[in-house]
Amino acid sequence: MNTGFLTIYWRDMLRFVRFKTLLVSSLIQPALWMAFFGVAMSSSFDRLGAGIPPVPGVESVGYLTFMGAGVIAMTTLFTSLFGGIVLLFDKNWGLMREILASPLPRHHIIIGIGLSGMTKSFIQAIIIMIFGLLIGVEFFRNAGPLDIAVSVLGILLFVGIFSLGFLFLSATISISMESPEGLQGIITLMTMPIFFASNALYPTDAFPQIMRDLSAVNPLTHLITGIRYFAIGSDFTAIGIHVTSTPDDVVRSLLMLVVFAAGMFSIAWWRFSRAVVT
Amino acid sequence: MNEPVISVANLSYRYGTFTAVDAISFQVQKGEIFAFLGPNGAGKSTVINVLITLLALQEGSVIVAGHDLQRDPAGVREAIGIVFQEITLDRDMTAWEILEFHGRLYALPKEERRKRIDELLALVELEGKRDAYVKELSGGMKRRLEIARGLMTRPKVLFLDEPTLGLDPQTRIRMWEYLRDVNREGTTIFLTTHYMDEADQLSNRISIIDHGRIIATGKPWELKNALGEDIIYLETADNDAAMQILDGDERVRSVRRTKRGLLAMVHGDGTQLLPALLDGIHDAGLKVTAVNLKKPSMDDVFVHFTGRELREEGPARHMVRRR
Ligand SMILES: Nc1ncnc2c1ncn2[C@@H]1O[C@H](COP(=O)(O)OP(=O)(O)OP(=O)(O)O)[C@@H](O)[C@H]1O
Ligand SMILES: [Mg+2]
Repeated sequence: MNTGFLTIYWRDMLRFVRFKTLLVSSLIQPALWMAFFGVAMSSSFDRLGAGIPPVPGVESVGYLTFMGAGVIAMTTLFTSLFGGIVLLFDKNWGLMREILASPLPRHHIIIGIGLSGMTKSFIQAIIIMIFGLLIGVEFFRNAGPLDIAVSVLGILLFVGIFSLGFLFLSATISISMESPEGLQGIITLMTMPIFFASNALYPTDAFPQIMRDLSAVNPLTHLITGIRYFAIGSDFTAIGIHVTSTPDDVVRSLLMLVVFAAGMFSIAWWRFSRAVVT
Repeated sequence: MNEPVISVANLSYRYGTFTAVDAISFQVQKGEIFAFLGPNGAGKSTVINVLITLLALQEGSVIVAGHDLQRDPAGVREAIGIVFQEITLDRDMTAWEILEFHGRLYALPKEERRKRIDELLALVELEGKRDAYVKELSGGMKRRLEIARGLMTRPKVLFLDEPTLGLDPQTRIRMWEYLRDVNREGTTIFLTTHYMDEADQLSNRISIIDHGRIIATGKPWELKNALGEDIIYLETADNDAAMQILDGDERVRSVRRTKRGLLAMVHGDGTQLLPALLDGIHDAGLKVTAVNLKKPSMDDVFVHFTGRELREEGPARHMVRRR
């Protein structure tokens, strides 16, 4: 097997650990979200939800726990959407020419960047989980070590496939754009709807129909569905709303993510095969 | 020796409707240092970029190291080394990492890679900079590192696009020495340049390229001899009249006007011809105000073939002025 993508992976990880500020900020940023936004929002949401009578026999979780899954998802989204930007810099600095003139098949560039971005997302997700548990996020309640291990692997599976999809998208945009500013603009424009038309911050039940439809095809929703299933459970209430998911739902969400990632990979492949860089 | 490593026939390249390369044909023999000499915008980089597979082959046929560019671009890629016109090094990687990355890109086995890196760092005298970041290297060191990178895979041909652009004179001469060493060890070199002296002193053969066409090809001395043995520069009170006189003289090969005077290319030994020609002009009653005699340089060759001057480069002309 041709393992050329490992070369791209190696270089990108080299940069990741080399730029200390980048490394540290990408690790601290989600923790800060969790600490400030999570704690502030949870104190008000939990007060609002306090008046709603609990559903008998169903566990109730705090807003911080509910949102913890959203923070993992959101961090993965941002990191992945910006993960391809290195290709834009490589292109503008002329470094891409060395790679494109080499015998390395072009799709290996996409795979390499995908895998390194995925690794970064794994690291971030694990840090958020640990930090979240420290500040009172109630993930993996009443679970033994084996259950926790399975749950963490489940979460990473969802995070991994989701991040690959957005990394391929990011690579496609990067190779097509001329300036980092343009890329930044497009990504900012995209993150808003993806983020808010999802179940990251609140359950989608209360959304108007159109938002619910959007949310149902939104990869972020499917990622969060998966994370909540593994981290919190299949049946719980948060801020007075009853959330349930069957294993079927979870498998469907996973399949949606796989389809999304495969689609993005095809587009990136097509785009890279046509890219001219001189 | 007569074994072409690069063989190009009727190569054309268009950016949209603009023809940057216009039906070019040439061959580079095994073991040669071959140079494309031409001004900015002549189409040098475009030709290189097609040959190294970065631009698509639109028209014409190209064979590099036995591989047909159209049918087997992958074969071409594996057989060549490249040094691009602009520096293409990641500022935040070390010299060693740059070479390691390149070796991996070309799937060199680890042992081979490590051995080759040591050899090449020694060749370009960068052993001491092995763990220095690229951003800590001088311009000349970066260029040497790029040459080392281009040689990692023991290419059959090394392509260099303006290898000494922006380097100071001493560094350029050192760079030529490295390239001669590399060439002596068997690597064919194809380079582009707009430095006259680089083409003249470094290469075995030159093609002069302008507006996407090859205007002349030959060994440096052949090109110079095409102009005649010596060049005489004259300024007179009436250049038009003087030109007529020189034109009529069978010892003069050709005469060309410059801004203030005349350039006469002569067949014989200029030191002997000069007094005779001056006498002729004097006898016609024309006053000669300046004279210079010299061997044709690459600059003259260039001006002769393209009809224009490459002003930025080349040594300043030394004039003998008579008051
Ligand atoms: N991407 C492009 N799109 C349109 N025109 C281009 C492009 N690249 C080059 N050209 C044009 O093609 C011509 C040849 O350019 P090229 O870069 O090959 O010249 P060059 O001989 O390498 O010049 P230099 O010495 O400045 O590097 C120029 O007129 C240039 O403007
Ligand atoms: Mg050029």
